[in-house]
Amino acid sequence: MVIKGKVWKFGNDISTDHIAPGRYFHLRSNLPELAKHVLEDADPEFASKVNEGDIIVAGRNFGLGSSREHAPRIIKIAGVSCIIANSFARIFYRNSFNIGLPLLTTDTDKIEEGDELEIDLERGEIRDITKGFTLNSLPIPPFMMRLIQDGGIEEHVKKYGDFKVD
Amino acid sequence: MLNILPWMNGSRMNKTISEKIIGEHVGREVEAGEIVVADVDVAMVQDGTGPLSIQRLQKLNMERVFDPENTILFLDHAAPSPRKELSNSHKMLREFSKKTGAYLSEVGEGVCHQRLVEDWANPGYLMVGADSHTCTSGALGAFATGMGSTDVALAFALGKVWLKVPETFKFILKGELPEGVYSKDLILHIIQKIGADGATYKAMEFEGETIENLSMDSRFTITNMAIEAGAKTGIIPTDKDTKKYLEMRGRGERYREIKADSDADYERVFEIDVSELEPVISFPHTVDNVKKISEVDSIPLDQVYIGTCTNGRLEDLKVAAAILEGRRSNPETRLIVIPASMDVYKKALKEGLIEIFIEAGAAIQSPGCGPCVGVHMGVLGDGERVLSTQNRNFRGRMGNPEGFIYLGSPAMAAASAIEGKITDPRKYL
Repeated sequence: MVIKGKVWKFGNDISTDHIAPGRYFHLRSNLPELAKHVLEDADPEFASKVNEGDIIVAGRNFGLGSSREHAPRIIKIAGVSCIIANSFARIFYRNSFNIGLPLLTTDTDKIEEGDELEIDLERGEIRDITKGFTLNSLPIPPFMMRLIQDGGIEEHVKKYGDFKVD
Repeated sequence: MLNILPWMNGSRMNKTISEKIIGEHVGREVEAGEIVVADVDVAMVQDGTGPLSIQRLQKLNMERVFDPENTILFLDHAAPSPRKELSNSHKMLREFSKKTGAYLSEVGEGVCHQRLVEDWANPGYLMVGADSHTCTSGALGAFATGMGSTDVALAFALGKVWLKVPETFKFILKGELPEGVYSKDLILHIIQKIGADGATYKAMEFEGETIENLSMDSRFTITNMAIEAGAKTGIIPTDKDTKKYLEMRGRGERYREIKADSDADYERVFEIDVSELEPVISFPHTVDNVKKISEVDSIPLDQVYIGTCTNGRLEDLKVAAAILEGRRSNPETRLIVIPASMDVYKKALKEGLIEIFIEAGAAIQSPGCGPCVGVHMGVLGDGERVLSTQNRNFRGRMGNPEGFIYLGSPAMAAASAIEGKITDPRKYL
């Protein structure tokens, strides 16, 4: 699976409160509307700037805090194809793969906003076309890769009638 | 419920508490790092995460629950509802409850995590909740962890989840907490020490004489905040106080000894002497941004909030009331007090605590999450500062990204309300 897109860069400790603020709690049953506020408390302009296929690149502990699955869902609805970060918070990590949004873990320091990336998910290879370097991500665990290939946990359960972890 | 398999109590095993509990729910021995499918004892959603769970189940044509008594829908984050969209979410949860028999915890009954320890959590249970602070129940010797709406929706329907068995960090806590220093200060100290991502994916086991001497209310504060270090869960071995608590809640027969094997494999072991700790405050905008009270200059406060799943229990209200008795909150500082559950509220009324808060000028609200989540009640104005007993201080958390959230113990909150600025509670003890 190859993903190509332009980078939006964020720092460390971007919480699910930054991604889906509590003051929009009432929009949680209307995800396309909530997605108009995605990442608003980290970058108020992000929702209006992001394009289909773009890639979020961040520092440490992306997605910490609340378990709200709305956070990765509205990132996906906004068109983001993949998130790369130095590390991810656990619940966000799990939620993202469950909904079919791939995450890659690597040292992101050299990647800058606006760079064009080409990502080979299976090989965990991230090519920065703008700068001309290649990074290797930590391998995606086989079960998580299966979730992405199946199109998320719901499609996975429909396909196998259960969770197929081995 | 589950049969005890021969290896579970075997002295030659080397299992952590998480490995033992998950193993019982998989039906075989498991090891940290494995991905497994485990049976679930309790699954819950709240009004912020539940509507999405139900939408997913409807889409999958799987609107059913594995065990109605142990499938719970809590109306607590936006309760009573402040607007029609949220009223419709509540309506959706009530209709799902009628259709499937899932238990509905109504508006005013209290915060999900407090209600879970009061009436559902048991030693050895595997619990999942669509709320990150589900780890609170770990103080009763359960493996309890937060997940997303879809994970918990599938747990509702199938009665199981997929899990990675976590590695464990053990925290051995020694010494007695000094006067004016509480379990809130202790867990903030630990989070500062290891960082907001210091225990990501790990289970945190807390043990030692300090923990053994803490009340159950104080223990819940510690496991509640395990997620603030990134952990999958926080767990405390069971003991006589766990048993007494379960007896007090009318289910003493559910007591079981839960502890790790003496030669369990831990990824890291921390030994902390708590006898030298002092009251601490977490500064905006990350929980691990912790400072000692002695290092803090005068910081004026517009609001103080005592409540939440972290520190809205009876013991917390008692500590705060002892400081506020016969005093008033500063005219420049609003004081909000919310008992974590209706049971806590009733006991606080009986003990005269609510009257003390009212005389101190507090606004008392009905049990629920209150201002912690930024949905309604006590939303900060631009540039305003709050000291709250809650667990999170991310930017925008309390409804306004231009607000500043400081976290501390109920004693510090009470002392700070009186002075209108962040104040060392030891002054009032």
